[in-house]
Amino acid sequence: MGEAITVSALNLYIKQMMDGDTVLSSVLVRGEISNYKVYPSGHHYFSLKDAEGNIRCVMFRREAVGLRFRPEQGMKVIAEGRVTVFPRDGQYQLYCNRMIPDGIGDLHLAFEQCKAKLEREGLFDPRHKKPLPAYPEKIALVTSPAGAAVRDMIRILGARYPLCQVLVVPVRVQGAEAPSEIAGAIDAINRNRAADLIITGRGGGSLEDLWAFNEELVARAIHRSEIPVISAVGHEPDVTIADYVADLRAATPSNAAELAVPDSEDLRRRLRHLETRMAAGLTRDLREGRRVLDRAKASPWLRAPLPVIQESRQLLDYRQDQLVHVVEKLLLRERTRLGKQAAALDALSPLKVLGRGYAIVRKAEGEIVLSTRQVDVEEALTVRLNEGELICRVERKEP
Amino acid sequence: MAEKKMTFEASIRRLEEIVGTLERGDRSLEDALALFEEGTKLMKQCSTLLDKAEQKVLKVTQQADGTLKESEFYPPEGE
Repeated sequence: MGEAITVSALNLYIKQMMDGDTVLSSVLVRGEISNYKVYPSGHHYFSLKDAEGNIRCVMFRREAVGLRFRPEQGMKVIAEGRVTVFPRDGQYQLYCNRMIPDGIGDLHLAFEQCKAKLEREGLFDPRHKKPLPAYPEKIALVTSPAGAAVRDMIRILGARYPLCQVLVVPVRVQGAEAPSEIAGAIDAINRNRAADLIITGRGGGSLEDLWAFNEELVARAIHRSEIPVISAVGHEPDVTIADYVADLRAATPSNAAELAVPDSEDLRRRLRHLETRMAAGLTRDLREGRRVLDRAKASPWLRAPLPVIQESRQLLDYRQDQLVHVVEKLLLRERTRLGKQAAALDALSPLKVLGRGYAIVRKAEGEIVLSTRQVDVEEALTVRLNEGELICRVERKEP
Repeated sequence: MAEKKMTFEASIRRLEEIVGTLERGDRSLEDALALFEEGTKLMKQCSTLLDKAEQKVLKVTQQADGTLKESEFYPPEGE
């Protein structure tokens, strides 16, 4: 081993090397802004990144005032400056003196494209939104097992509704593995019917930090889930693709925990209210029952039945009289009607006509004779008079 | 008794049903008294569930065969 040098000597050596490099002394870099911060000093600190790399950048106040746009998270830019080492940190960075926008950032573009595609497929359709269970028994938290998000959710769920069991399903929530881990966890919970509600999410962060929740893989797993899913990403008003697909979007993990379960205090109040209503219902029934009983007890049938029976007996006698009277009247009326009918019939009788001097002539067989043509000379005929009959012989016919 | 096994949700739903029936008042007094007794029991059960409940937190990890394994979860330390 050769002679050891100090850290500062090494950093100084690297700085001198870089400062002497003609490419690094003035370079144009294309990249996407992340972690953009403006300090009270007026200096701007940020990173430029692409799919594979990341470089720390600084733009001092003197240069920053010359910016013609407001650099934002995810914005694609071209920056001009020199690259050198900041000896205190041993970190190289781009000392940026000029920056211009370079179209729209890749991630934003990817977001819009993915969103449009899934929307076309109907994944955001409200008819896919499943109702959340009113009283969940098991909630699965698909999130990082470290970090404030999981801690906040467990605390709030416990404070509001400790009846509900919490299952932490640990996944990475950023980085290349995150989307498949999140999607895999959601699928596994569904396969095993391990919970009746899923919350997936993480605390706030930059667009890159939250990126897993903009991945199609995650969106499809949420859409596939037969168990209702609440998305709970970040603390920003930014909406992720997961938020669009989820059955309910919470603004933060804490908010998700509040939306997921009822509050025990409300439930206790509700129980007290139900108790009051139940008691009121029964009291009314009892009062009604008592009233029926009182009425029954007040009835003369129970207090002194004999007079009631006598009274009823009297009424019965009276009714019997009425009945006899009515039947008699009816009989009389019918009898009178019969007499009248008989008189009318009598008036129509042929015997009555004989009484006035007419006679009926019949042949021997009984046929009534109405014309001379019916009889022959010498034929015997019977003549019916009012009183008795004559047997006669025809002597002569005159037309 | 089978009622003991009822979930909080089943209990409170049954309780709401009982209250509704008692409020309609279309049952015989015997039925009403029986319902009241059942309701009081459910009420006690629900309150006890709420008062005695202690949050259970488990960690669930996926096994190679796709099943889930539950284990103790230790929440991260925090401020």
